[in-house]
Amino acid sequence: MSSIKIELRQEDVNKIKEICTSFNNDPQELINVLHKCQEHFGYLPAEVQEVISNELVVPVAKIYGVVTFYSFFTMTPKGKHPVSICMGTACYVRGAEKVLDEFKKELGLQVGQTTNDGKFSLSSLRCVGACGLAPVVMVGDKTYGRVAPDDVRNILKEYEEGK
Amino acid sequence: METLKLTIDNKQVEVPKGTTINKAAKQLGIEIPTLCYMELHDLNIENNPAGCRICVVEVEKRRNLAPSCATRCEEGMVVKTHTTRVLNARRTVMEFILSDHPKDCLICAKSGNCDLQAMAHQLGIREIPGQEIAAMSTYKKDTSPSIIRNQDKCILCRRCEMMCNTVQTVGALSAVNRGFMATVAPAFEQNLEYSTCTYCGQCVAVCPTGALTEVDNTPDVLRALADPTKTVIVQTAPAVRAALGELFGMEPGTLVTGKMVTALRALGFDYVFDTDFAADLTIMEEGTELLDRLTRHLKGDKTARLPILTSCCPGWVNFFEEYFPDLKDVPSTSKSPQQMFGAIAKTYFADKIKVNRKDLVVVSIMPCLAKKYECQREEFSLDGNRDVDFSISTRELAAFIKQANIDLNNLEEGEFDAPLGESTGAGVIFGTTGGVIEAAVRTAYEVHTGKKLPKVDFNELRGLEGVRSATIDFDGLPINIGIAHGLGNARKLLNDVRSGKSKFHAIEVMACPGGCIGGGGQPLHHGNSEIIKARAAAIYAEDKKKPLRKSHENPFIIKLYEEFLGKPNSEKAHHLLHTKYFDKKKKIIVKQ
Ligand code: SF4
Ligand code: SF4
Ligand code: SF4
Ligand code: FES
Repeated sequence: MSSIKIELRQEDVNKIKEICTSFNNDPQELINVLHKCQEHFGYLPAEVQEVISNELVVPVAKIYGVVTFYSFFTMTPKGKHPVSICMGTACYVRGAEKVLDEFKKELGLQVGQTTNDGKFSLSSLRCVGACGLAPVVMVGDKTYGRVAPDDVRNILKEYEEGK
Repeated sequence: METLKLTIDNKQVEVPKGTTINKAAKQLGIEIPTLCYMELHDLNIENNPAGCRICVVEVEKRRNLAPSCATRCEEGMVVKTHTTRVLNARRTVMEFILSDHPKDCLICAKSGNCDLQAMAHQLGIREIPGQEIAAMSTYKKDTSPSIIRNQDKCILCRRCEMMCNTVQTVGALSAVNRGFMATVAPAFEQNLEYSTCTYCGQCVAVCPTGALTEVDNTPDVLRALADPTKTVIVQTAPAVRAALGELFGMEPGTLVTGKMVTALRALGFDYVFDTDFAADLTIMEEGTELLDRLTRHLKGDKTARLPILTSCCPGWVNFFEEYFPDLKDVPSTSKSPQQMFGAIAKTYFADKIKVNRKDLVVVSIMPCLAKKYECQREEFSLDGNRDVDFSISTRELAAFIKQANIDLNNLEEGEFDAPLGESTGAGVIFGTTGGVIEAAVRTAYEVHTGKKLPKVDFNELRGLEGVRSATIDFDGLPINIGIAHGLGNARKLLNDVRSGKSKFHAIEVMACPGGCIGGGGQPLHHGNSEIIKARAAAIYAEDKKKPLRKSHENPFIIKLYEEFLGKPNSEKAHHLLHTKYFDKKKKIIVKQ
């Protein structure tokens, strides 16, 4: 039987409740509620899903099912420097996948994961509207254009300690 | 009703609007194979995720093959169900499913009873192309006190999810992940033990493969039987005798009480007893509690909460501890018959035969998987020695009997041993929805009014309607009774109790649709409610045959109170036969 204790700060609980109320606690709005919560927390840890489950009266197993089904939801916190690679058509045809593979290799991560030290996380994006610069990589707010696999190591260097 | 006409395999058929191609074909006697699809007629529930694609057919003017279980008929449609294209597609689909499925049918609990195995056979699959290159995905195995989940064998039909969510409203299981990692799992893919699961076993009962099975405790029982230092006794729940025969080729509804007793004796049990005896005992305790609360309530005592809820179903107990912990003082405190039996066996009976409780092994045969968990609850053991050591299901017993090469069909009728094997008809009907409350009414009426019941049968309490109610006249005092089976139905009645709207004095709840006769440990009924009805009829027939049909008339119960317990609800009875409930709802702890 469920024996897991959940810990959250009061303000976090209030925020989740507020988001749920803004959707009238309607279970049909689950996906939108999850979107808003992820926007706020950056990710959707188990604790957050439990509170949503209570508020919308949807079994938490269902919520977890939705979170794991859609690739834009994540349960791992983003790194200090979130790396995103655009996988829109333009970027894709210009070799974004090779760039992504290089990031995977360099960071030892799969898409959706974060390094153990919390520094980098890796995700893929749909078109960011900078097709002229394809392939496009973003690290935090900074955009890099025409990235080739060989550039990957240099990009990551910029974020090494002390820089 | 609006109807439409279509052609299936060159035959015309007229069906109501909204009918699926599969059902329309059935009307013509054409069987289109299905795998993920399942229908539970009486619950009005259909599982058609259209996931497996085994049931595809060709529809004229459509490019793609259509899943017949989910595609609705249209006026003038022309359908072909077994063209070479269709047969080829079915084979490909099956090969694809099998390419990621373990091939250990030799030792699989579902072998011989598995829909996937049967379908592979029906489609004549003898080889699985691509098997050598494709690595099979693997998923952790999860063993809980009652249920084993082996998701490598999951074919994603999502029947379990439907049972757990729609019928039981427990919501412990959901489809998770995508691609090769897609499966059905509890939240955060934790083990079932840490989910909201009630162990009702209804997911196991509908799983077409060996992905969900019961924990097999027959090896434990065999070990105890083989140990010469142990005295091993067995109790059999009422619903078992009404279904066990099905696993030996008998018609549903065949009562095998006597043969079952003989088989258990042949297996080596030292005493063969009956849970029905403990059911009579439950009625004494629960009935007394009901009358006590009722009298106090009528006198205006606000602490006497009504309605009283039955507490003999451990799946149901798990459910309210999880979802209605605020109402945990509403159910009767009486233990389930299984646990009452254990408590009496390890005290009164152990003393009688002068055996130390540590050398007395109590085995129960149950239609139920929740009972496995129940007998492992900490409060039901003394210094680590359980009141009931092992609980095995009807299915496990059948397998055990076959293992010992005993043919149930050809056995003599045996009799239960005394003193814990004597029961009345009231104990027997515990096995079906409505039975517990009918048994309680039979006794409560006579105790309360001091008069003999004009009629023992209460037909108004019987039936398979999910939620039922009746008012019974206690000699001028109308008693309102509610009945629910299936946890979704129980939830409806409980919500009324919570909001103060409930008009009932007493409510009976059983977690499984149909009550224990439809329990998670019974022979698989594949959603066929005729089988449930036949089992219920068998239970009522056994009740009718009994010379005594009211629990308080059971001479061995009377003697047990005289010699040992004193009066119902006495201090000793409270100590041995009553329990308390826990708040199991997950708490959200706020960091300061
Ligand atoms: S045993 Fe019952 S509650 Fe548990 S997962 Fe299966 S259907 Fe759900
Ligand atoms: S566990 Fe069984 S019932 Fe559930 S989806 Fe898998 S195969 Fe179907
Ligand atoms: S209804 Fe019977 S079989 Fe089902 S969980 Fe309850 S006690 Fe067990
Ligand atoms: S039976 Fe129709 S898709 Fe599975």
